Amino acid sequence: MTPPASPSTGIRFENIDKRYGGLYALRQVSLEISAGECVALAGRNGSGKTTLLRIAARLVRPSAGSLTFPSTHQSGEPGRLQSGFVAHATMVYDELTAEENLTLFARLQGTTEVQTRVDTLLRDVGLSDRRSSLVRTFSRGMRQRVAIARALLQEPSVLLLDEPATGLDPHGAAWLAGTLRRLCDAGCTILMSVHGESEISSLATRGIRLDSGRVVADTKAGASLQSILTFADA
Amino acid sequence: MSLLSNTSALLGKELRTEFRSRELLTTTVVFILMVIVLFSFTFDPSSAESRRFGPGLLWLAFLFAASLMLQPCFLREQTNDTLSALRLSVEDPFAIFLAKLIANTLFLLLTEFLLLPIFSVLYNVPVLPVLGWLIFVLFLGSLGVSIAGTALSAISAQARVRELLLPLLLLLLLTPVLVASTEVTKALLDPSPYVEWKGIGFLAVFDLVFLTALWLFGEYLLEE
Amino acid sequence: MAKQVIAAVVVVLLMAAAAYAAFFVAPTERSMGLIQRIFYLHVPSAWTAFTAFFICFIANLQYVFRRQPRWDWLGVSSAEVGLAFTTVVLVTGPIWAHPVWGIWWTWDARLTSTFVLWLLYVSYLLLRTLIEEPDRRALLSALFGIFAFIDVPLVYGSIRWWRTQHPQPVILGAPGSGLHPAMRAVLFFCWIAMLGLMALLLRQRYQLEALRAEFDIVRRESEAR
Repeated sequence: MTPPASPSTGIRFENIDKRYGGLYALRQVSLEISAGECVALAGRNGSGKTTLLRIAARLVRPSAGSLTFPSTHQSGEPGRLQSGFVAHATMVYDELTAEENLTLFARLQGTTEVQTRVDTLLRDVGLSDRRSSLVRTFSRGMRQRVAIARALLQEPSVLLLDEPATGLDPHGAAWLAGTLRRLCDAGCTILMSVHGESEISSLATRGIRLDSGRVVADTKAGASLQSILTFADA
Repeated sequence: MSLLSNTSALLGKELRTEFRSRELLTTTVVFILMVIVLFSFTFDPSSAESRRFGPGLLWLAFLFAASLMLQPCFLREQTNDTLSALRLSVEDPFAIFLAKLIANTLFLLLTEFLLLPIFSVLYNVPVLPVLGWLIFVLFLGSLGVSIAGTALSAISAQARVRELLLPLLLLLLLTPVLVASTEVTKALLDPSPYVEWKGIGFLAVFDLVFLTALWLFGEYLLEE
Repeated sequence: MAKQVIAAVVVVLLMAAAAYAAFFVAPTERSMGLIQRIFYLHVPSAWTAFTAFFICFIANLQYVFRRQPRWDWLGVSSAEVGLAFTTVVLVTGPIWAHPVWGIWWTWDARLTSTFVLWLLYVSYLLLRTLIEEPDRRALLSALFGIFAFIDVPLVYGSIRWWRTQHPQPVILGAPGSGLHPAMRAVLFFCWIAMLGLMALLLRQRYQLEALRAEFDIVRRESEAR
């Protein structure tokens, strides 16, 4: 897996609030995620994990607070293209082939040498032989691979994943864990929401638990990763 | 990464998707045909009457068809949340709208070109002598329908009862397009045809105003 | 509280004075007689409705750029009040037309445009009922409100032009028909009174909406638990 372009980008959430019609989805969330950290975000459904990730992906605007991507490698505005986002939805078109999907997004994002990049990614996620098949014909695991390939198009230094292992069979989950491990080793900053203990969450170098929109536990503050993860579904 | 290149890449996607399945196009064509046939039962389709009522019913048929055809425009971006992927990938969200409205205009024009000769034959209204101008009016009108329709499709995709809501909102907003297009078409199909410049002016102004509004407010339509 | 009562009393007095003026001060119109006096209700209602819709437009713009809930409250309030006055216009039109011309409705330019305007703002309110989430509802209806408002001059212009192609009896007095100065004075006085009523209704509706929003938050919070 090719190493990220600018290998030292962190994520800084400062006093993030997110209100939906008066109800707080996130309340005064402040987090400093250092470059290269692999963070597992745990919490019950409705605790704010998805909201936090979508704010980090700049899909949702916070009601208050600021989000920055501190980078020792100052390469201009840390815009949306520096981070990759993988959600539960695949965010790719069923009616297009794997190759067409990646080519489309590569073109939109202004990738130079589109064909080369698409070929490389398809090979990396193991879909070269299925490149001309419509995504509609893919299994859940294969769709997840296309989704991840899409997220990695710009060689992001930050990867955001919202419950990426949902619906994956053990084979798919193992592949995902391996991929994430390689990315983590290459210095990519990873923030992913997880459910309980798993092969994926064991990759984490740090754990954070959210409850009702607030940060209630952080391994950085001394809690154990296991306690953070296992309280997730209490 | 510029607006132009993003728009053309997205336009390619819209066209490729539709021409692969052609389901939207074929259904729309048959729908308009059905309306044209049904309308023939509502008045005496002699040549004189057809010239009076024909343009109106034709445009009404186009408008109804469009309000149905535009439903999936943003709905299909919801299935796999591809809209979020687009928002993350393009620099200017207006590219998303521009690509969709160009595609929708092309689709509408395609169905209209198919149905114009059929209408001409069924209602004994000669269109060949004024074909050039007719195409021009069809273009201006369809553009207006697409611009408003693409914008409203983004709104209705986030509301309930959207199958009824979109036609309701769209057809109301398109009143000026219906009025102007019908008048210009009627003038062109007159036994002594003439160009109704005021109507063309109205259509051009409508297109410009709503394109500008979409450009100014488009990104808010896509917000989460 | 006292201020509100005083305001209400002032408006009632103004409206009463306006009604008096419409019936007794304004000179009788030559051809139509008594029924013509409905003109002093019909025309100011139209102007007031338009004022309300303009306020709605400003509120919509403000919400899109500022995202403060009070602009949304003002938007829905002004739309409803405008709709009420528009309904008066649509009802008084036929009431006036029937005794004078023997027909209930005519597709003349102004009445038709008013009808479309009425439908547009009914749709605005309908759209609001079809979106659950308050922030989404506020934003999307504000955007539709903006589109609807910029459409209005186009609707009016195109229908008026269309009507010159297919003339109909102009029932509300063609533009340019001279108004006796006394009539004009009464007309404007009625409009002022009606604007007072509009302001009163707006304020009441706004406060109701503010309360509703607060209640909604409490309800959603309790449901979330």
